[in-house]
Amino acid sequence: MLFFKKKKAEPKRPLGLYIHIPFCVQKCKYCDFLSAPADDAVKKRYADALCKEIAGYKELTKEYELATIYFGGGTPSVLDVSLIEQILDAVKRSFFVDMAAAEVTLEVNPGTASFEKLKRYKELGINRLSIGVQSAKDNELAVLGRIHSFEDAKKTVLWARDAGFDNISLDLMSALPGQSLEDYKENVEEILALNPEHISSYSLIVEEGTPFYSQYAEGMPKESELPDEETDRTMYAYTKERLAQAGYHRYEISNYAKPGYESRHNSSYWIGTEYLGIGLGASSLFTNARYHNETDLLTYMEEAEAGKDVRREIERLVQEEQMEEFMILGLRMMCGISRAEFQKRFGKPIETVYGSAIKKLERQGLLVIQGDVIALTDAGIDVSNQVFVEFVPEEFVRR
Amino acid sequence: MATVDQSKIRNFCIIAHIDHGKSTLADRIIEKTGLLTSREMQAQVLDNMELERERGITIKAQTVRTIYKAKDGEEYIFNLIDTPGHVDFNYEVSRSLAACEGAVLVVDAAQGIEAQTLANVYLAVDHNLDVIPVINKIDLPSAEPQRVIAEIEDVIGIVAEDAPLISAKNGLNIEDVLEAIVAKVPAPKGDAGAPLQALIFDSIYDSYKGVIVFLRVMEGTVKKGTKIKMMATGASAEVVELGIFGPGQFIPCDELSAGMVGYITASLKNVKDTRVGDTVTDADRPCAEPLPGYKKVNPMVYCGMYPADGAKYPDLRDALEKLQLNDASLFYEPETSIALGFGFRCGFLGLLHLEIIQERLEREYNLDLVTTAPSVIYKVYKTDGEVIDITNPSNLPDPSEIEHMEEPMVSAEIMVTTEFVGAIMTLCQERRGVYLGMEYMEQTRALLKYELPLNEIIYDFFDALKSRSKGYASFDYELKGYVPSNLVKLDILINKEEVDALSFIVHADTAYERGRRMCERLKDEIPRHLFEIPIQAAVGSKIIARETVKAMRKDVLAKCYGGDISRKKKLLEKQKEGKKRMRQVGNVEIPQKAFMSVLKLDEN
Repeated sequence: MLFFKKKKAEPKRPLGLYIHIPFCVQKCKYCDFLSAPADDAVKKRYADALCKEIAGYKELTKEYELATIYFGGGTPSVLDVSLIEQILDAVKRSFFVDMAAAEVTLEVNPGTASFEKLKRYKELGINRLSIGVQSAKDNELAVLGRIHSFEDAKKTVLWARDAGFDNISLDLMSALPGQSLEDYKENVEEILALNPEHISSYSLIVEEGTPFYSQYAEGMPKESELPDEETDRTMYAYTKERLAQAGYHRYEISNYAKPGYESRHNSSYWIGTEYLGIGLGASSLFTNARYHNETDLLTYMEEAEAGKDVRREIERLVQEEQMEEFMILGLRMMCGISRAEFQKRFGKPIETVYGSAIKKLERQGLLVIQGDVIALTDAGIDVSNQVFVEFVPEEFVRR
Repeated sequence: MATVDQSKIRNFCIIAHIDHGKSTLADRIIEKTGLLTSREMQAQVLDNMELERERGITIKAQTVRTIYKAKDGEEYIFNLIDTPGHVDFNYEVSRSLAACEGAVLVVDAAQGIEAQTLANVYLAVDHNLDVIPVINKIDLPSAEPQRVIAEIEDVIGIVAEDAPLISAKNGLNIEDVLEAIVAKVPAPKGDAGAPLQALIFDSIYDSYKGVIVFLRVMEGTVKKGTKIKMMATGASAEVVELGIFGPGQFIPCDELSAGMVGYITASLKNVKDTRVGDTVTDADRPCAEPLPGYKKVNPMVYCGMYPADGAKYPDLRDALEKLQLNDASLFYEPETSIALGFGFRCGFLGLLHLEIIQERLEREYNLDLVTTAPSVIYKVYKTDGEVIDITNPSNLPDPSEIEHMEEPMVSAEIMVTTEFVGAIMTLCQERRGVYLGMEYMEQTRALLKYELPLNEIIYDFFDALKSRSKGYASFDYELKGYVPSNLVKLDILINKEEVDALSFIVHADTAYERGRRMCERLKDEIPRHLFEIPIQAAVGSKIIARETVKAMRKDVLAKCYGGDISRKKKLLEKQKEGKKRMRQVGNVEIPQKAFMSVLKLDEN
């Protein structure tokens, strides 16, 4: 962007952009995101509304440059490519962005992919794909309510390579209903065989309000098909070990990458970079405030079309909360947090705020201190909520 | 005020088993005698406390005076003294009865006579009251008034064939009750000119007037300015105000004479000076002797009460102080616990009394409490000859210093339909009951008599009784005295540390069973920690039961992206909030609930 260089331009502040596509072919049984099937007219109307919302940020983001763009969902790949193009055009009109330098990710469901589609994405400037493989076993995929087979997933990865993508992330789930450690190990091998640059590996979270919740969590049946905690943790430890052998290092609790391929967009959530969430229910951290958008689809579209403010529950973060977030988000990263960075941001040494908590957690073997860096230990990861809870402010007034 | 014609006064109370409609009938009487229109009536005027209305029971005795124009054309003064309806307050009931000449006995037309019906009737008869049976709830489809009348005549032995058949709820035949009161309750006797002799049947504390004493004048007259003296406590003061009871309000008058019921204030600052059952007389012209029957009521059940938040200790102290102003039977003294910090050992008349105080502290004073297991008073005979009373298990001397121990016993009467006799006998046996006998009330109902240790009924006996009889059993008991007993102190160790607040005294034969269940219960209550926690029950140095809370293996949010952060922060805040509500014992955080888990150990 080299238009008017009147005075020496100050370096722009980095900004992440998340664009939510709340549509899918069929809701997965564990999914607690805002998403549902919809017809073409609604999708088109939604894309238009997104563009209106994006336009509204133009004035507010003059000091910023987009470092990352992320299409998430739902299933973004369920949208017609022309709509993705329309949205990206709106983004380019409103924000400073260097598409070649930025990380531009789109989530793909293997059940909605084709070589043509992926090729068009590449042409539009998307340079990273996150593919929801989840499992290499079709019976597990069926239990999860996924709409694709593992064969579909493999084909998608091959198409993506052919289309020129050199930065691909695959999602893999563990601790699935009925899954044994052996089942999971086989899945890991199949994923490695596809040789992605990045792997996100989650153990299943049974969230309230999902079909899985009524199936597995409500009333807590004693003989749940879910693997027990011991197996769950064994799978997790195995993932780290096996992926390390294969050249992937863990850089966050559930994320692994080959060197240089860590997700820049997701990392921005953990290191406190500002980000804007565009679309239904999307969350933002902007100018020290957290908020999310309207969560009702019709209301969202009507208000965005009319140019109204779709933001809800705007919460200014007081310093105590900023410090809390610095700790509980920063510690998710294996590189940990920097004491010097804390001092720089908050103007006081970390010891004066969290000294006793850090000492206690170090004594319990949950945190490790190495020079400037404080990080979770492997044991600390398993019970990281017990660590994070120590950094929750005692009491403060929410404004 | 014109001189009151004694022959036109009727002092009476209403007695009934719980839920048979005592308070509803009282409301109807007040309504029918024209004091309040039904629109002005809040249901059950006499039950003043929020808690009383909610539980449908009467805790404090309430009194109201109304005027009834009878069919004979005369106006009668009705003094209705509403009595507390629970065995914990038996003494208060007996004093209320002593202030009356007659008792209206309300019996449910469907349920018939219950354990408290009998207990109350016996009490009324002991006080020479004329008992007027009334059959209530005749509107119920299951009502069998003729059967119940026969039952009253057979079991109690009073004439009931002309008992009014009423529905207090629907206001049906209330007139019959009023006429029966006029006809059958004797007018009071007593000489207005004799030296003053008045019975205190209740007292309350008012922050403006000081103590307000409720009394029934037996002999003589009391006026504003009379210098009065309490014969048992010795307190004396000058009468500042006196009057009669309107519904929900005091109506001052000039004098109260023999036969009348009313109140006096005399700038007395402490309800302890005006004990229920004491006799008020004229200090300058005292009566020859006090009225019979006064006794100082003593707490029977003790427990530790601790503020959940240690900083609220002064608030708890203030609240107890205020409650005691109104409730002379509440006892408290400071104590400390290693597990719970600073708190109070409190004494109560019974478990209901305990629960009421606990609820009032929580509701009216907004306190979050941790209550330890209730204990009775054990008598410990030491080898050096000393005898001490133990109300807190932690204070039990070393076993080597104990010669023997004694525990209080009660004689209990349990009324139950015959199909549940077996289940209730099993329950009583489990609770170390000694079977005394059984009487059949009629074909389908029996009255079981047992001698039971008090410490076996203060936990959850009443709940167990109800659940094992599908709610049909009713229960009444009376303290009998102390017997030697093989008692031991059961200690609970959490992560190898003894938790003093969880110790309790138990019979040696049931120690293992209790200990096992305590450990099981605590295992469910104590959340997993980062390390394994052994929970042990011990008698002396011997471990008799053990459970283990496994170490926490996983507490992690796998995903935390932009949209999750606010929600996850709230989850962590909740988790933190939960931790704050725990008590730290050594390295272990114990939820407050766990300290009360000892209360509910019945397995059926």
